Amino acid sequence: MDDSKPLFLQIADQIEGQIVDNSMREESQVPSINELSAFHRINPATALKGVNLLVEAGILYKKRGVGMFVAPGAREVLMSQRREAFRSQFLRPLVVEAAKLAITPQQLTHMIEKEAGR
Amino acid sequence: MTVNVVEARGLTKRFGSVEAVTDVSFSVAEHGICGLLGRNGSGKTTLMHLLTGQEFASSGRSTLFGESPVENAAVLGRTCFIKETQTYPDGFRAKHVLRAASWVFPHWDAELADQLVVEFDVPLGRRVKRMSRGQRSAVGVVVGIASRAELTIFDEPYAGLDAVARHIFYDRLLQDYGIHPRTILMSTHLIDEVADILDRVLVIDDGRLMIDADADELRGSATTLAGRHSAVQGFAEGREVLTWDSLGGLATVTLTGLTEAEKSAAQAAGLDVVPVSLQQLIVGRTRGAAREEIAS
Repeated sequence: MDDSKPLFLQIADQIEGQIVDNSMREESQVPSINELSAFHRINPATALKGVNLLVEAGILYKKRGVGMFVAPGAREVLMSQRREAFRSQFLRPLVVEAAKLAITPQQLTHMIEKEAGR
Repeated sequence: MTVNVVEARGLTKRFGSVEAVTDVSFSVAEHGICGLLGRNGSGKTTLMHLLTGQEFASSGRSTLFGESPVENAAVLGRTCFIKETQTYPDGFRAKHVLRAASWVFPHWDAELADQLVVEFDVPLGRRVKRMSRGQRSAVGVVVGIASRAELTIFDEPYAGLDAVARHIFYDRLLQDYGIHPRTILMSTHLIDEVADILDRVLVIDDGRLMIDADADELRGSATTLAGRHSAVQGFAEGREVLTWDSLGGLATVTLTGLTEAEKSAAQAAGLDVVPVSLQQLIVGRTRGAAREEIAS
């Protein structure tokens, strides 16, 4: 956990990340609130807030008396969200920094191609 | 309607000509971990003494579970107050403290207490008087957690505890709180360490309540911008500035209330946008108040 944004958002991000990279599969059970709270050493209310965010978004669903599970189709939803955020999150800072260093868009494109080909 | 566990209205305490607590009002609802943060000598301990009826307020009033705490056994039986400088009868050993606690607190969990004694390495047979500061703190921490009181107040619970023991404390507190939710009010100046386990933050400075906020809202409410002086100045104009440093053509400023869009704009303008930790935010705010006072 860091200070970059509210903790409950970081909890939600982290679970999303695990769904995207397939370490948490659809229909599999998500750690309980108390497990999340103990593991990340955060207030349980914060963990609950993060998880509820994902329940509202339809990424997780509750089975009464059993726990929280990853919803079917959750991965695809998250992937498309992340693709949309890619531009502002990664592309813009990259372009800004490149401009500071007098790297032209052409040079940048070339560097990206080279990096991707490694 | 549920009654607030803690309620303070205009609490003020004067010791002679010194005002230790000035017009403090807040309420704490059932269930939650609330941090009472502030510098040494800011009035945290006095406030806790007022809340638990160990000191009389010069003016204002406070209640626990809707009742006055003063000489009120019904209310105090539901409350566990772990003082930084708890004194025990002469000859009291750690095991006596735990036995007495098991009589006083109706929800006392002896098994949990035994487990904590092992984890914190509490010498049960040693006189409390002969204990090191850390060992005395450990006794308090064990009592505070194992009492499972509806309201637990910790005043600087870990004076003398090392980093390992403090982390055991946070872990065990969270673990037990998760299973047995209750209301915890904890004073500390180790803000960075406890920040993440709090859901509510009260900051007291020079006897006054400066911040009363949801911890999540407070985190991320301030941002530091760094870069060219002119660009930084443009963003700082018309905002609450917590800190301002400049060196040559560069400036660093900590601001509150920047929107995500404004952060992106700052980034696009070539500024470094850095989030501010709870500790930095509180240091900024309390320092700011001190500065204003000097200026006025």
